[in-house]
Amino acid sequence: MRTIELNVPSWPGHRAGQHLDVKLTAEDGYSAERSYSIASAAGEPVAITVERLDDGEVSPYLTEELGVGDELEVRGPVGGYFVWEAADGGPLLLVGGGSGIVPLRSILRQRGLSGSDAPVRLLYSARARSELIYRDEIARHRDGVEVIYTLTREQPADGWTGYTRRVDPALLAETAWPAGKHPLAFVCGPTSFVETVAGGLVALGYEPGRVKTERFGGTGGR
Amino acid sequence: MSPISHGFRRRHTVPDGAADRVPPGQYVTDGFPVLSAGPTPRTPLTEWTFSVRQGTGTLKSWTWQEFQELPAETVTVDIHCVTRWSKLDTEWRGVSVSTLLDQVAHNAGYIMAFSDGGYTTNLPLADVTGGKAWVVFSYGGRPLEPEHGGPARLLVPHLYFWKSAKWIRGLELMEADQPGFWENYGYHMYGDPWKEQRYQGD
Repeated sequence: MRTIELNVPSWPGHRAGQHLDVKLTAEDGYSAERSYSIASAAGEPVAITVERLDDGEVSPYLTEELGVGDELEVRGPVGGYFVWEAADGGPLLLVGGGSGIVPLRSILRQRGLSGSDAPVRLLYSARARSELIYRDEIARHRDGVEVIYTLTREQPADGWTGYTRRVDPALLAETAWPAGKHPLAFVCGPTSFVETVAGGLVALGYEPGRVKTERFGGTGGR
Repeated sequence: MSPISHGFRRRHTVPDGAADRVPPGQYVTDGFPVLSAGPTPRTPLTEWTFSVRQGTGTLKSWTWQEFQELPAETVTVDIHCVTRWSKLDTEWRGVSVSTLLDQVAHNAGYIMAFSDGGYTTNLPLADVTGGKAWVVFSYGGRPLEPEHGGPARLLVPHLYFWKSAKWIRGLELMEADQPGFWENYGYHMYGDPWKEQRYQGD
């Protein structure tokens, strides 16, 4: 996992939750382009956080070979549905699995920068404690932000106060805002995670039109 | 002129003989990725209908049972997602859109496919008739799974796959082209993968 800050001179601006396309061109002219969620809030320098996929083509280069000062071809912002602005209000339920935290981090930062007081619950699932990213930053959000962690492949011996189980309907029932509060949910992660969470929230009474999803890692050979 | 990324090289290979089947900027996957903007709708088949509408009126509507009795075809096609994966030789079974539209009188030039969950996508009529598009209910010989758009989805393989609306419930006939869901969020109105019509302006 690597966060890359981009200096894009002609960047038209973005909203929290949008993504961008990065295109790499090889010396022999071969090129490949992939989409990445923007990790920064509107008005902040553009940043992406890239997870290295072993069978990937673009992510190994971005995470291991790209250096400070290198040039990239970037296009965006892209997408306009999985987006949050202060006027959208809350309460916000953010549910991230693995690198699905990236656009949710953008939304959290957006909330902080805009001075929104929309109450937030963030449910963040990762395999192991060492795979939780932005942890210190997330801990600095205080007023109105509740953070619930869960680990799916590790049971830390010491001082772990989060859950150690998969996100399932029962965990959602325990941790998500009650549907009666008319929450707005953003769910991002691998396909099976998103299916479980989005379906679980609808079963809890969430309005389907207020459960926005973005899926990662389902693209097979990416 | 694109900047060169030294050390970056091709890792994905195109299957033998398939080079001319993979549009520019796409790579071939064996998986079947899932992309959607919201929860997966689950409409019971007893409540499912497929409607052809124009303006405020419904011109024709089929129940699930009636739909199953329409002449169906099995087609094997390549599909191309705007997120850059392509999948070759996918096998579907369903009813040709021509078969459906032949049962109504109309003079539409465009259609808006509409789905459970509120998804819509627009297409020229010429792109869904003449054996170019189907409403499919089976994939790989099995009932189409909800996460892939079941019970029934549109299949328009010659355009990017967001045009192949999941959870389809009908077609709205239109005189003029209008943007659907993703088209309103900056995606291309037509979406030809061979011209890389991904976003507005492509």
